[in-house]
Amino acid sequence: MVRTFMEGSKAVAEVIKLCRPNVIAAYPITPQTHISEELAQMVANGELKAEYVTVESEFAAASVVLGASATGARTYTATSSQGLLLMTEVLFSISGMRLPVVMTCANRAVSSPINIWNDQQDSISVRDAGWIQLYAEDIQEASDLQIQAFRIAEHPEVILPVMACMDGFILTHAYEPVDLIEQEEADAFLPPYQPQYYLTPKNPITFGAMLGPESYMESRCQLDRALRGSAKIIEEVAQEFKKRFGRFQGALIDTYFIEDAEIVLVAMGSVISTIKEAIDLLRAEGTKVGLLKVRCFRPFPREAINRALVGAKEVLVLDRAFSPSSGGVLTTEVRAAFQGMERAPEIKGHIVGLGGREMNIETILNIVKDRRAVGREDRFVDLKEALLS
Amino acid sequence: MEKHLFLAGHTACYGCGEALGARLVVDAAGPNIITTDATGCLEVFSSRWPQSAWAVPFIHSLFENSAAVASGIEVALRAMGRQEEAKVIAQGGDGGTADIGLQCLSGMLERGHDVLYVCYDNEAYMNTGVQRSGLTPYDSDTRTSPFGRASWGNRYRKKDMPAIAAAHGAPYIATASVAYPKDLQAKVKKALNIVGPKYLQVHVPCPLGWKSDPALTIKVAKLAVETGLYPIFEMENGVVTKVRKISSPKPVTEYLKLQGRFAHLFKKSGGEEEIKKIQQIADENIRKYGLLSETAAAKVSAEKE
Repeated sequence: MVRTFMEGSKAVAEVIKLCRPNVIAAYPITPQTHISEELAQMVANGELKAEYVTVESEFAAASVVLGASATGARTYTATSSQGLLLMTEVLFSISGMRLPVVMTCANRAVSSPINIWNDQQDSISVRDAGWIQLYAEDIQEASDLQIQAFRIAEHPEVILPVMACMDGFILTHAYEPVDLIEQEEADAFLPPYQPQYYLTPKNPITFGAMLGPESYMESRCQLDRALRGSAKIIEEVAQEFKKRFGRFQGALIDTYFIEDAEIVLVAMGSVISTIKEAIDLLRAEGTKVGLLKVRCFRPFPREAINRALVGAKEVLVLDRAFSPSSGGVLTTEVRAAFQGMERAPEIKGHIVGLGGREMNIETILNIVKDRRAVGREDRFVDLKEALLS
Repeated sequence: MEKHLFLAGHTACYGCGEALGARLVVDAAGPNIITTDATGCLEVFSSRWPQSAWAVPFIHSLFENSAAVASGIEVALRAMGRQEEAKVIAQGGDGGTADIGLQCLSGMLERGHDVLYVCYDNEAYMNTGVQRSGLTPYDSDTRTSPFGRASWGNRYRKKDMPAIAAAHGAPYIATASVAYPKDLQAKVKKALNIVGPKYLQVHVPCPLGWKSDPALTIKVAKLAVETGLYPIFEMENGVVTKVRKISSPKPVTEYLKLQGRFAHLFKKSGGEEEIKKIQQIADENIRKYGLLSETAAAKVSAEKE
């Protein structure tokens, strides 16, 4: 293990290199670009023996890794925002064909208006694509997620694509000390991919067949079951990673001061670190507040969330993406997790930090302080009224 | 019985040129290939689970990414040291190639992937019920370029896909027709022995969309070549190296009159003028590609004198 001070994108690229992907395809988009640039340099230096395909669009990037994965290769791509949306059609095709592609999504707002800064509208908008979605809290976790992502994706009981999400700029462009594992450790944790089915003349099979009304639904149900079943593997992989490397930042969820908490904040991504700081301050004042970090958004960890929140009186969910006219997506799903249950906390939704809007400790303290003012509708936090008129 | 790699029992229409084209292509290529296909008729009639007409490895993903999926397969084989295992053939219809899939095809050609891309050109979106594509010929009556009081049908000429492929520096480009199966199969074999991106465009009649007699598929395809409307040629490293000569070019009316998609040209007054324009397209092709055989050329020049 080597501790190095480095940029988040570099930390991710270093771990991807350790994962020995056969094929990488990516297209430039801010704030993902540094990751694919680092990988291109590693290939150019001969440090990484992979085919690096300089595609003409994110749509092609996803299609190239689809073809490569179906041929039995370990594949990787990375994107953000518009790039992810341009891939949308392919995302469904990759999961539908059960291909264990791994992607890093450097989360960014979605046009229009164009905005290159961070929120999570991109990955949340493709939540129904059938991919596992994991969200990193800091750079260390973002880099650790990558190798876990391959282990989960290629697990014989899973065989699904994984999207490892990290907040754009906040995690991709910031520098932190990062513990990097060594190649031998990586190889022991992530053995070569052994596909069960792949394109080869030795066994000529058909991928991507057409399914009619008599069988399509069962195929979709199998995808649903596989995604639900992956929860167990995500848990196991996080535990094994902890055993080998001593680091654990949650599996499906993680918690902070939740045991006796009356108020629990729920969030995903880099805002988690800010919330922890705010909780320390509030705890010092005697406020019983805790945190539930949703690390895995797909499969949605309904039972883990239920168990974690059942003792809370008030739950304050922070969303970095929303469904216009419906509300925060995480809020909606957390509420649904308590539907029909006798003991349910009061769940309040907060839409925060869209398009890179500043969120600091003060923001979190105010959310806790102002929670009584929030009604049934999710509240947009820190709106500038003057710009709305 | 002859053994094919594209098997009987699929659900293509009677007289389908595309099914014949696909069979000729994979049979010529042999078993050591991996094929991709765009969404379209071919994929629909050949791969409905639990059946598949493909005795070679086959993958269909989406409408517009056949070339990109093939690119991924090719680099994966290389990355894993399996490049000797299979040649890669990407397939698509005219819409999936010249319209919605053009960007992925451009990427594949430009990056120099060792892939043979085969476009089965039946000159419209047949799978969705006959709408015009970038390869629909001039004046063709389709559901989105219909003949009407104010319309002669498709207002645009065929996009010159071989020239577009050539502009990418692809080492081998060819056109072929199901009317000349030996020529088509020789081109597939030749292409697979050339390293780099190859583009092959095969003219495949669609009796349903062309409103032609399914029994006349080969005859119609042949007339497209004999009139000069579908020039058959090879381009190597950007230069036309071989053309299928025409000994005595037939008037385009012989080709047009067999197809309902051109029937309006013979019914409405003014149709003669439109047919003249189509004849001009054929004449241009004949000049541009030097399609006249020596005897035919001598005859033409004698007539002029």
